[in-house]
Amino acid sequence: MTTRLQLRDTGAMRRTTGLFILLALLCLPWADIAVHTLDPGRELGRLAQGLLWPQWPTTRTLAEAIASTLAFAFQGVALGAIAGFGLALLYRRRAVRWLAASLRAVHELFWALLFIQLFGLSTLAGVLAIAVPYAGIFAKVYGELFEETDPAPRQALPANASRLSSLMFTTLPQAWPNLAAYTRYRLECGIRSSAVLGFIGLPTLGYHLESLLRQGFYAEAAPFFYALLILIATQHRWCRGWMIPAMLLAALWWLPPVAPVNGALIWQFLTHDIVPAPLRSGMDALPWFMDLWQGQLWPGLINTLVLAMLSLVVMGLLGVMLFPTVSRLFGNRWTRGLSHGVLVILRSLPEYLLAFIALILLGPSMLPAIIALGLHNGAIIAHLIGQYSNTLVLRDDAARGLNRYFFEVLPRQFRLFLAFSLYRFETVIRETAILGMLGIPTLGFFIDSAFAEFRFDRAVMLLVASAVLNIAVDGCARIIRRRLHLQQQVQVC
Amino acid sequence: MNRITKTLCVSIASLLTPAVLADTFVFTAIPDQDERQLTERFGKIADYLEQQLEVDVQYIPVKSYSAAVSAFRSDQVQMAWFGGLTGVQARQLVPGSQAIAQGVEDTAFISYFIAHESTGLAPADSLTDTLRGKSFTFGSKGSTSGRLMPEFYLREQFGEAPETLFNRVGFSGDHSRTIALVESGAYDVGAVNYAVWDAGVEAGDIDTDAVQVIWETPAYPDYQWTIRGDADARFGDGFTQRVQQALLDMTDPDLLAAFPRSGFIPATNADYAPIEATAVTIGIMDAQ
Repeated sequence: MTTRLQLRDTGAMRRTTGLFILLALLCLPWADIAVHTLDPGRELGRLAQGLLWPQWPTTRTLAEAIASTLAFAFQGVALGAIAGFGLALLYRRRAVRWLAASLRAVHELFWALLFIQLFGLSTLAGVLAIAVPYAGIFAKVYGELFEETDPAPRQALPANASRLSSLMFTTLPQAWPNLAAYTRYRLECGIRSSAVLGFIGLPTLGYHLESLLRQGFYAEAAPFFYALLILIATQHRWCRGWMIPAMLLAALWWLPPVAPVNGALIWQFLTHDIVPAPLRSGMDALPWFMDLWQGQLWPGLINTLVLAMLSLVVMGLLGVMLFPTVSRLFGNRWTRGLSHGVLVILRSLPEYLLAFIALILLGPSMLPAIIALGLHNGAIIAHLIGQYSNTLVLRDDAARGLNRYFFEVLPRQFRLFLAFSLYRFETVIRETAILGMLGIPTLGFFIDSAFAEFRFDRAVMLLVASAVLNIAVDGCARIIRRRLHLQQQVQVC
Repeated sequence: MNRITKTLCVSIASLLTPAVLADTFVFTAIPDQDERQLTERFGKIADYLEQQLEVDVQYIPVKSYSAAVSAFRSDQVQMAWFGGLTGVQARQLVPGSQAIAQGVEDTAFISYFIAHESTGLAPADSLTDTLRGKSFTFGSKGSTSGRLMPEFYLREQFGEAPETLFNRVGFSGDHSRTIALVESGAYDVGAVNYAVWDAGVEAGDIDTDAVQVIWETPAYPDYQWTIRGDADARFGDGFTQRVQQALLDMTDPDLLAAFPRSGFIPATNADYAPIEATAVTIGIMDAQ
């Protein structure tokens, strides 16, 4: 039975992989993947030179940017975790699951653009921009952790035990280790998100990075770049135990989460600004919507999907090609150490930043975005599969080199690879949307335009469309996973 | 560099603490050029206004054109040096606010179309079909001289949207970046604020062998100072008028070079009606 199931699965896995590659090939004619800088080599040289000979800002500037980056991350993740915990308790309800799905379907950059309209460019806007989507993510992960707990202790409680004591004495103690580990891990994602919020004006590392990189001051940008890299790469060393509450308190002291709240402004935004323009003046909204559909929604959706499919395949290829370089089954200590370092860099940097650098080097097209998404996510897949492959036990006389890779290791890891890739699908779609802010006409490009034109009605409509797309893609990936019996859980941002 | 980044950081962090701003008159400006120069040049303007108005005056830099309008809307800044389009957007979002002064040059502002030498495009009196199929970059999506007016004249000449006319349309973000992108050949053609271009050529920052002006638009009204309608209630009667006077009295060439303008003259909201009409025509603003 198991063998037959596995055989059927192998066929289905092959077909799924083939289907994804075929879809990506079909997308190619629509993808705009040309190099447009006349001399990318020169720019690359300047970038390398800047990275090697950084020009240091004042300690104070750097320290303030780091402190703000951490402050937004800690406050946002903490608030998100509290709200997500509350939602997780009600996660069995369909409405709560939908709410959580919609919260996490909108990228934190877009939440930030919305909250900046409500609360100005304030700490509160930045904290909420991280907290809201993270609450949706926490709700899901915590909710699933609660469901996985052993029901036996709960059933052993006296019949009149309250729900609170049931939670405190049976569910929570069981789920706690995983819950704490995931929350800590999420802080790493929070630092990345916080840095990216700087790109739209919050005073984090991203603020300086964006200005300096955009203007080509690579040497001045380098220290901020290294600071971000070091923060993320070392996060698991210093971010534990009593440091976490201490950091949170420091964050609240450094940037109190306040905002100039203007009731009238918020009321106007909610009751007037986001209502479709024709409805405000009592006209027919259909032409308005059709216009939006033809001009922005449809092309935005197509570009988003084309970019996501191509990035997914590049991600897969890189993942499959790179994982042996960090696996103990191949190479030696030195090669593994080197590739490990490269993978850490690639997966530590936000895709948005990678795309930004690729855009400067290669000029405007879909290519920088594909490279950024492929590299970042490919590095994550390679890292995960590399780790898992270390648990494989091969026979002493197993083949070496390419034969070992193709006939021993890859077939055994393929299932895992597919599972991870499908989990990344939703992330890739989410990120494609924000890469639109760099000028690739995905849904995010049109959302950015709508905010630049102060047409919040259009912005909200486009945001809803991108949320629906994310939820749909997530649903598809879940169905494929179930079909292929891929249950491997993976939680990476 | 160090000193400038420091001011930059101190100011951006202080934007997040509303308490500091309570009795300070805060202004911003659309970031239309190299951000580091902006901080330096508007820092001097803040000092000048502080002397003239006898209240604390602070300049805060913002990241984008739309961020300038958002800050004005949420009262984080009470006055701003806006472009034509951002000014119209801001005054629409904040009823009661008014345009009080514009540069002498702003009554008849123009945009340049610039092209990379590899395109073979030569200066001409009108836009011709040779532009078709080239790649083109605007400045910021909210720029008057870098987007609104160039797009208007392109549509007028060719009767179609830039997206169908060119094989690629981009938004560089600011005028300095537009010049850099066309100079490097990343884009064939671009539209740029004439004042930023002329200042760049004069300072020797632009390689005029690689990029040159191929067309200039007819004149239109552009940049202006816009102040919130509640400024008098907050800073005392006649405050708006004192601010206007201080701007009109600005004669120090060093201060004026920062804009760059030769002086300021009074302006009214009505001066910008043509800009609003154009924005509605090309579809980036809804008719009111």
